Amino acid sequence: MVEVRLFAYFRDNRGKILYLDPNLFPTVQIILDHLGIKLSDVQILLVNGRHSHAQHLLKENDIVALFPPVAGG
Amino acid sequence: MSTTYNLKMLRVNLTDQTIKTEDLDEKLAKKFLGGRGLGTKILYDEGVATVDPLSPENKLIFINGPLTGANVPTGGRYMVVTKAPLNNMIASSNSGGVWGARLKYAGYDALIVEGKSEKPVYLVIDDEHVEIKDAATLWGKTSEETEEALKETYGKNASVLNIGPAGENLALLACIINEADRAAGRTGVGAVMGSKNLKAVVCSSKRTVVEPYDKEALRETVTASLKLIKENGVTGTGLPTYGTAVLVNIINNVGSFPTKNWQESQFATSEEISGEMLKEKFLVKQGFCHRCPIGCGRVINMNGKIVGGPEYEPLWAYGANCGLDDLEAITIANYWANEMGLDAIGAPTTIATAMELYQKGYITDEDCDGVPLKWGSSEAIIEWTKRMGLGSNPLAKLMASGSYRLCEHYGVPELSMSVKKQDMPAYDARGIQGIGLTYATSNRGGCHVRGYMISPEILGLPQPLDRFATEDKALWTKIFQDLTAVIDSSGMCLFTSFAIGAAEYAAMINAATGTNYTPEELLVVGERIYNIERMFNKAAGMKPEDDTLPKRLLEEPIPDGPSKGEVSKLHILLPQYYELRGWENAFPTEATLKRLELL
Repeated sequence: MVEVRLFAYFRDNRGKILYLDPNLFPTVQIILDHLGIKLSDVQILLVNGRHSHAQHLLKENDIVALFPPVAGG
Repeated sequence: MSTTYNLKMLRVNLTDQTIKTEDLDEKLAKKFLGGRGLGTKILYDEGVATVDPLSPENKLIFINGPLTGANVPTGGRYMVVTKAPLNNMIASSNSGGVWGARLKYAGYDALIVEGKSEKPVYLVIDDEHVEIKDAATLWGKTSEETEEALKETYGKNASVLNIGPAGENLALLACIINEADRAAGRTGVGAVMGSKNLKAVVCSSKRTVVEPYDKEALRETVTASLKLIKENGVTGTGLPTYGTAVLVNIINNVGSFPTKNWQESQFATSEEISGEMLKEKFLVKQGFCHRCPIGCGRVINMNGKIVGGPEYEPLWAYGANCGLDDLEAITIANYWANEMGLDAIGAPTTIATAMELYQKGYITDEDCDGVPLKWGSSEAIIEWTKRMGLGSNPLAKLMASGSYRLCEHYGVPELSMSVKKQDMPAYDARGIQGIGLTYATSNRGGCHVRGYMISPEILGLPQPLDRFATEDKALWTKIFQDLTAVIDSSGMCLFTSFAIGAAEYAAMINAATGTNYTPEELLVVGERIYNIERMFNKAAGMKPEDDTLPKRLLEEPIPDGPSKGEVSKLHILLPQYYELRGWENAFPTEATLKRLELL
């Protein structure tokens, strides 16, 4: 399974963590569509802790992390 | 013509108890803007670089920018500029709240404190009425107690800045607190105030406005900037909703979240100390500084007491860096850091360092006086924060002078995660190359708010940069450092830069003061400020080898996680950076000084 971690207000009505089958959800874009999140609303998209993109092809045990526009200092 | 500069400074000598009002040269003010830039220029010209920082010869400058108190978004910041006792270099520490605006409304761009009072005193500024008062009954009080006592005397509209017990005890990690939880936090400015026997400065005014040079132009540019700030995802939604604490999960997920004094770079239970968890469990409402449309401050409920909550930095420093995921304990320790008047980065990072020294057997159970410095100990972070503030035992006194002196005492200075003796903040530079260069070249030592390279390298703002790459990082770092120097000197908050840029800052400064800076010219002002700071450091005895990082970051690869195997490539970045700056052996060449009109 792919572990999908949601942060900040992406968690609202969606939960913190989802586990999805990479055969059914082969790219990050398909996961975003499933979650009803627009790519333009994603500020940080990580796959296994590395910055990546929506067409990233996912495999078993990958970890996807999605953050809306947030920052600090 | 009107201008948001008062063109007046207040100079108070505590040795001979004299109070003078001086004119501020408008041309000089515009050349260095105000705040960090102008404060450093004044210190440099008055020969402070070579004095002992804790002697009466040091000067403590509280200084506004032209936009402090003006009708601009976040226009309320002030700077404390002095020679730092932590590292003998330039100290400039920025704070929000309302104190800076009150000083501006009272009629002064700066308050310069000189000398040393024989006994504890505080200062009262109420427009043109300025008085030195006996502080005998305040000495020993915490920052909240001090503020409450002074507000009882001077009214709730008086703004109070003060030192807690840490500053009185000359702890080198002492900060200056205003409005209970806003802090000029770093470089030991509170110890300088304590060395002068100055407990507090109360500031109030009947005025609530300063007149800009061009009211209509300012209104137009502020409307445009405010729209950008409100519509920006970070400043309009992210920071107001979660505060800076939202970074916990971001930085942990990229594997650059220093854990157990930087021995590791990912903390398994970071979720427990995250901004999301702080909001869910403790948040009461947002906290706002003067004229702030963002409201990143966290007002929390701590066991029934409403207090300022921890920012990202203390959440990390007391949390992952001490191997601790007890959020309630962190809120309490953070509260005590504020109450004691301790740097809420440097105090917990020094506790984390002490925990590594305990782990490795340098610090013994006997030294710990009943509270072992064990990783993950809630009791330790709270109790040792209090002890450091009070200087209540020999180890606590040593720790209150920062991790470098602590590690030096045990013969292992390399275990101090500091640059120029100031502890680094919450981003492991091994996995984020640009921030490492920022740390190494920061004029005040290890610091993230002198050029926040996390913005492009992690957050993708204003555009994404590959965090592992070295290409273009020297140029980005220089531009970020120069722009930050402008913002710090203007009187606005650095967080506005997530939404607006040099063009907007130039438009606001021009409308407020009558300058005609282009965005490019404003960046040159920032460069001038960065260089005068460096010249101060040179005069103070800084050496080229001080521009470096701890050995752990240069030689020990990150052991695990998404940034596994990485070390800082500072040896590649530093020569590129010096060339771009026009520096040789870490200092400006004559040609550079001439170009920047510093010669």
